[in-house]
Amino acid sequence: MNHITPAIPAPDAIPHEEPSYLTAERGIGSWLLTTDHKRIALLYMAALTAFFFIGGAGAVAIRLELFTPKADVLTADGYNRMFTLHGTVMIWFFLVPSIPTTLGNFLIPLMVGARDLAFPRLNLLSWYLFIFAGAVLIYALVAGGVDTGWTFYTPFSTTFSNGYVLLAGLAIILAGFSSIATGVNFLATIHLLRAPGMGWFRLPLFAWAIYGTSLVMVLATPVLTAVLLLVIAERGFGLPVFDPSRGGDPLLFQHLFWFYSHPAVYIMILPSFGVISEIVTCFSRRNVFGYDFMVYAILWIAIAGFLVWGHHMFVSGQSIYASLAFSFLSFVIAVPSAIKVFNWTFTLYRGQITFEAPMLYAVGFIGLFTIGGLTGLFLASIPIDVHVSDTYYVVGHFHFIMVGGAVSAFYGGLSFWWPKITGRKYPMTWARFAAILMFFGFGFTFFPMFIMGYLGMPRRYQVYPEEFQVWHVMSSAGAVLLAGAYLLPMGYLAWSVFWGEKAEDDPWNATGLEWSTSSPPPRDNFRTPPEVDEGPYFYHPEGEGPGHDHGDPHRDQVRTP
Amino acid sequence: MIRFWPATASDVAAQVDQLTGVLLAICGAILLLVGCLLLGFSIRYRRGSSAKRGALPEIVSREVEVGWTAATLFLALFLFAWATGMELRANPPQPDAIEVHVLARQWMWKTRHANGAQEIDALHVPRGEQVRLLMTSQDVIHSFFVPAFRAKQDVLPGRLTELRFTATETGTYNLFCAEYCGTLHARMGGTVTVMEPEDFARWLAVQPRGDDLAREGAALFVSLGCAGCHGDRRGGSATVRAPKLEGVYNSPVPLQDGRVVTADEAYLRDSILQPRRDVVAGFPNVMPSFAGLVHEEEMQRLLAYLRSLKDAP
Ligand code: HEC
Ligand code: HEM
Ligand SMILES: [Cu+2]
Ligand SMILES: [Cu+2]
Repeated sequence: MNHITPAIPAPDAIPHEEPSYLTAERGIGSWLLTTDHKRIALLYMAALTAFFFIGGAGAVAIRLELFTPKADVLTADGYNRMFTLHGTVMIWFFLVPSIPTTLGNFLIPLMVGARDLAFPRLNLLSWYLFIFAGAVLIYALVAGGVDTGWTFYTPFSTTFSNGYVLLAGLAIILAGFSSIATGVNFLATIHLLRAPGMGWFRLPLFAWAIYGTSLVMVLATPVLTAVLLLVIAERGFGLPVFDPSRGGDPLLFQHLFWFYSHPAVYIMILPSFGVISEIVTCFSRRNVFGYDFMVYAILWIAIAGFLVWGHHMFVSGQSIYASLAFSFLSFVIAVPSAIKVFNWTFTLYRGQITFEAPMLYAVGFIGLFTIGGLTGLFLASIPIDVHVSDTYYVVGHFHFIMVGGAVSAFYGGLSFWWPKITGRKYPMTWARFAAILMFFGFGFTFFPMFIMGYLGMPRRYQVYPEEFQVWHVMSSAGAVLLAGAYLLPMGYLAWSVFWGEKAEDDPWNATGLEWSTSSPPPRDNFRTPPEVDEGPYFYHPEGEGPGHDHGDPHRDQVRTP
Repeated sequence: MIRFWPATASDVAAQVDQLTGVLLAICGAILLLVGCLLLGFSIRYRRGSSAKRGALPEIVSREVEVGWTAATLFLALFLFAWATGMELRANPPQPDAIEVHVLARQWMWKTRHANGAQEIDALHVPRGEQVRLLMTSQDVIHSFFVPAFRAKQDVLPGRLTELRFTATETGTYNLFCAEYCGTLHARMGGTVTVMEPEDFARWLAVQPRGDDLAREGAALFVSLGCAGCHGDRRGGSATVRAPKLEGVYNSPVPLQDGRVVTADEAYLRDSILQPRRDVVAGFPNVMPSFAGLVHEEEMQRLLAYLRSLKDAP
């Protein structure tokens, strides 16, 4: 039998008199100096919302400019600054921290049954680092402008660019420290603070996903720091590292940069694997299909992700044999992603599926992520990549993974855990509508990019031959829908905080420790320290399926001692 | 008219399209499978439907998992083998390829034919003959991209990269810079014109040619002081012992550390910019580095001169 044993009577038996983490302390100081992981998650959420708007403004400027083939809104430098702003902000100040610092921060201690993260003050410090780094970056982008693209390729960034490259580099280094601190914190928490009985293979997949992500953060980010320091050394202090006229090698930069940045795409997508696994299994009332395969797939991706950086350099002039090795490894890394897609799909099999908003986001995610992943097979094939690298095909590919995938999962996860975080319910009809709108808006915006990319439209172009205009117009039109789908939830979620119906402790009848405490949880997460003696999913008894009539089978199984 | 497929104007383009087509079919099938399963399960197993539930059949929980892991792995390996085979076979170098030098700089392409004819933001090539571009950049990294040929190669400062293609269809095609290179990156483009070989020969003959590349190189060879050591063919004075350069191009050179290398463009270039790296066996390493003294265009002339030096009979 599967169950969590609450040490003393079932949680609802206790009168809800203890204040929640939201009301435990009051005043602005109690927020800005808090070491409560749940409050820090909300601080991150506020910061990320701001950065999402800034990065989004860049996207609006880009799509507006590309509506026509000519330059009509921005100057050439202005356009270059816009996509640099969009890219740097979206990558390092939105996507990399998104799910880990918000949902991860909030949920990891709850999921492993701990009172807080292992290093609560480090957690707060990493938020301040992040805010400070963000402020520096925005200053650099606004005051001086940076026009290197988020990739900072040398020797352009070291010798030829006129913008505030040094400052931007510094900001990203600081954000990197913040991300390392967060990663270390999660690793320590998952290793050391698991509740009694919470073995490794009883961790929910979300915790595994964050574990894999943290590993990659801690191991890859220092390389980014190193390479940006080298850029600063060359640009600021004339130390020749990349400049070929003084014996340097510009390709060295690309190797080091992608050694971080390829694993970084897994920093962005692994957490969403966790979110989707939790949602799919809950709303199909079926224990996740192939739990241990899912865990190994996460670890496989986290490790093999370090071995494929050279697939960004097929046309860079690296040796053909290096390209062959990287192509091979890139094909191999497609396998664990495929495993995940099939396992999610088969979790639906013989389930009792309902389609609340989180489930709609999750199903949309599976579709978009599948397309994103399959288009990656084209890129792993050298002859095709030679043609489409640095074109809109690549822009389409990474937006399908990072925006269609990771951002959809972020919205899905938010809508799933929102009642736990705030103790409020949001209007489900609006939420369903927003989820469906996001799917179609996304497809409309980014699918045309595959076609124009294969036709040869290069990326980072402000002006372009007329033959590409149809596709750009489609894409810009789709972006309007997509923007609506992103804004809508901000509206009804904010609304729900004030006027939403109160949420029960476990509104979705989900399993997992976080649902066994109150909504919102008390400051110390659990009134009584939890003990665990079964795996994370028990939506139906082993050897049976979920019953027709009870949506909450696990409730029946909670043993009353 | 809306185009869905780019023009196909090189032998490689046709192969790449074939690979793309097969991948499209395979990926389309996978997408269809996933889509049908997702939709099918969603409908059939919606809450409260009368479809059979209960435990998963034994075969589904293990064999299927192992099965699709193995299937995707084999599919991945097959695709890798095929794509790689194609890449390795594409465009084997041909001895009689037409050589064109390409010099990229912020925001312009300069191309130079063997006879000295120069073009800016344009390139004319004959149909059906292999063209070999020897490319380098004067400033930042650029990328030479002709979608109709499915050909792309980054162009780096301080290094020579090569791009080979054989055009199969006459016409005029877009040339783009595909690597972001600063302010006017989007305007750093031009055209590639493919002509029938006879037309090309006629076109080439009437081009005003800059001074013949190799002849300019010879002048540089003297004015930069190379001749002082290496001697020139007209019997200049050679006070320092330095290797003869006649016939060195594309011939094997024994080095001090025991390796034997072929003196291709990259080697000659390194010999001039970083002479300490590969020292010729039997000679003192006294040759000074010319890095910073010889700029890219001069380098191309020097190389053309060195290549033109035939072994004296
Ligand atoms: C001070 C005398 C000196 C000058 C000036 C000089 N060289 Fe050299 N060069 C040498 C010596 C000695 C070697 C053989 C040792 C070595 O490989 O470094 C050499 C080697 C070479 C090689 C490699 C030859 C081979 O057989 O592999 C090339 C090519 C070359 N020089 C070209 C040039 C050019 C072009 C210039 C003018 C820009 C130049 N050198 C100026 C002395 C000189
Ligand atoms: C609202 C929808 C969005 C639209 C319409 C959009 C549009 C674009 C476009 C057109 C480009 C290419 C710019 C160029 O090459 O000239 C681009 C680049 C990029 N986008 Fe987005 N984007 C959107 C959302 C996002 C999100 C949410 C993220 C990440 C969280 C993101 C990350 C990036 C990155 C990293 C680049 C590369 C920037 C570079 O090349 O330097 N985008 N986007
Ligand atoms: Cu990559
Ligand atoms: Cu360019």
